[in-house]
Amino acid sequence: MSDAVSKTGRWIDLANPTRFLSLAGGILPWLGGLTVLVLAIGFWMSMNAPDDYQQGSTVKIMFIHVPFAWLSMMCYTIMSVAALGTLVWRHPLADVSAKAAAPIGAVFTALALITGSLWGKPMWGTWWVWDARLISVFVLFLMYLGIIALTRAMDDPAKSAKATAILTLVGFINIPIIKFSVDWWNTLHQPASVLRMGGSTLDPSYLKPLLVMAIGFTLLFFTLHMMAMRNEIWRRRVTAMRRVAARSADRGTVS
Amino acid sequence: MGALFLRDVRLGLRAGGGALVGILFFLAVIAVVPFGVGPDLKLLSRIGAAMLWIGALLATLLGLDRLFQADRDDGSLDLLIMASDRHMLPLTILIKCLAHWTVSVLPLVIASPLLGLFMNMEAAAIGATALTLLVGTPAITLIGAVGAAVAVSLPRGGLLVSVIILPLTIPVLIFGVSASYGAVEDPAPFLAPFLILAAITLFFAVLGPIAAAAALRSSAD
Amino acid sequence: MMSHTGFVLASYGAAIIVLAALIGWIFIDQRSQRQALQELESRGVRRRSETKMDNAS
Repeated sequence: MSDAVSKTGRWIDLANPTRFLSLAGGILPWLGGLTVLVLAIGFWMSMNAPDDYQQGSTVKIMFIHVPFAWLSMMCYTIMSVAALGTLVWRHPLADVSAKAAAPIGAVFTALALITGSLWGKPMWGTWWVWDARLISVFVLFLMYLGIIALTRAMDDPAKSAKATAILTLVGFINIPIIKFSVDWWNTLHQPASVLRMGGSTLDPSYLKPLLVMAIGFTLLFFTLHMMAMRNEIWRRRVTAMRRVAARSADRGTVS
Repeated sequence: MGALFLRDVRLGLRAGGGALVGILFFLAVIAVVPFGVGPDLKLLSRIGAAMLWIGALLATLLGLDRLFQADRDDGSLDLLIMASDRHMLPLTILIKCLAHWTVSVLPLVIASPLLGLFMNMEAAAIGATALTLLVGTPAITLIGAVGAAVAVSLPRGGLLVSVIILPLTIPVLIFGVSASYGAVEDPAPFLAPFLILAAITLFFAVLGPIAAAAALRSSAD
Repeated sequence: MMSHTGFVLASYGAAIIVLAALIGWIFIDQRSQRQALQELESRGVRRRSETKMDNAS
């Protein structure tokens, strides 16, 4: 019984990442090309967008700030799904996906904070405001860093996978808090910073470039995520092969 | 379960004075504040509640890694995990958290009114701060149980626990401090943040032990 | 009316620099892993699973 289980486990271990590698190799050039194309179109559209009568040219920051903020939450959601995959279905790639996504998510969150404060300085007159939306995004950034620290702290990937998955799931509480912080703590929040994706509040001349940029950055995220996952699989293979090499070298000296 | 509670309390009181160090750390943090911001009594009374909360948060985080470490060292953690088909493991962890809180955090709550006097706070503010600490600090311990369980197999997990746990404890800090201020300042409400604080504690009383139990099980096998 | 071109340029510049660093890191990582894999394969090291399959066949 246990033999059969271990055999199927080994089979999944071998076949799934290998299949993923060949799949990624086929998809990645197309995905990368599409990303560059969409981002170029989005960049051109956002440069040609008219200035806002209130915000002037700073409205252009919105075209990158909103996609970054959105991706920072989407990345964490993907990591939470991957954490479920690790804990519930024990999918061997879920852990790789979560580990590869964490640094990318941290970078996008940092960029959302940087562009947000560069937008806040001319609009609010200050780089930083301690309101609910900003605090919760900052907390998200700290959680990304904590997860990265935890994944790097343990040598055994199998052990760190479960620990990280549990931590990721506990931290998922923060995502709805970020999403609804503008609605829940309306009194604290400056109304000028309320950005809704709803088309009704946004003129089509801004909505179109914003959507194209959002799609472009989402494609960028998936491209980078897939590449980082591939790197991670290769890294694990290298460690496994080094171990085999060390063992055979050891055996060679003994015999 | 009662026996486990008593055992943990007794161990916590005895074992190397771990509980005492937390209180001393709390005292030291609060005593350092006036040196940092100057002996302005008005300013101290205004930031007093926040300082007490930050001190209590840091002191609680400091002792968290001991939650499972001692049990892991002498092997009784494995016994507790193995006995999980008789007693639910999350329940066991909840009891352990309560014992840890009673030993190392409850003294902080009791000491906080005294330190509030040093900070020149009003009586109402002192009472509100002590009450919010009483309600809010269990949440920190329960969140910390997750971190302690995740990091229990690490050789140098102590600092990592604090780093991992700190972002999750920020809501507790925010609502605790805003409830303490609400008791003194007129426009700010007291009851709403206080109830949210209580809700956070109850929420983590469920989620914390379950997640910690999952982490402990995965670290055991 | 208002010109905040500096802020716009700064935010786009920061985004480009940070993203370029991320992409660069991923590419460097990819190259080093590929090199390590090729080096190990050229030394004749094979993964455990591959040797197992060879034995079975």
